[in-house]
Amino acid sequence: MLTLTSTQRDAILATCIRALPNEGCGLLLGSAEDAVSEVVPSENMADSAKIYEIDPKVLLKTFRRVDHEGLTMLGVFHSHTHSEAYPSPTDVRQAPDPAWHYLLVSLATSPPELRSFRVVDGQVSEESLSIEA
Amino acid sequence: MSAVLRIPTVLRPVMGGESVIAVEGSTVGEVLTTLTTTYPAIKGQLLNDDGTLHRFLNVYVNDDDVRYLGGVEASVRNNDEITLLPAVAGGAN
Repeated sequence: MLTLTSTQRDAILATCIRALPNEGCGLLLGSAEDAVSEVVPSENMADSAKIYEIDPKVLLKTFRRVDHEGLTMLGVFHSHTHSEAYPSPTDVRQAPDPAWHYLLVSLATSPPELRSFRVVDGQVSEESLSIEA
Repeated sequence: MSAVLRIPTVLRPVMGGESVIAVEGSTVGEVLTTLTTTYPAIKGQLLNDDGTLHRFLNVYVNDDDVRYLGGVEASVRNNDEITLLPAVAGGAN
């Protein structure tokens, strides 16, 4: 299960909407196993409506914070602008860490849909997503 | 040259479980080639068959992305900090 606050959900949606027509993306930090403590927005370095890449500078800065501040890199979020909130074959092939949560946002629906997944050895499993007030 | 290598969580299981190790080499290419000799399981995640950097690997020397420093030719100096981070990418495609 992945837990977000409604404020964090709104920050994720704002990042994805600002990135339009491209996919939006960012990292999810936490201090507990499945509760997000911070949303770290990133530019989409792929500059594309069909693929995303977290800015390597944001990645390095966040990796160092995780090391120095005792945080956990919980996962990554990104948007699909015209398709469902489900990992594509590209998402699955390039999933960097089996311990991460992969949060997908679909902007193809109104309101946008958020779903969270785990990707382990190429196998996708959906997990529950809890959004707290 | 002796530098410090920071290893991301996802690569630690195939690199002895360490988060930081000392590495030798005067270029990024030398350091990575030495690593693949010590840890053969990671070769495909670091370098392409032609010896260039894998597309989905970010390598930094101190604060600098080595793609802007000559890739595998980037210099490594004594006490430099090298960080490996797999790219975080995907998309609807």
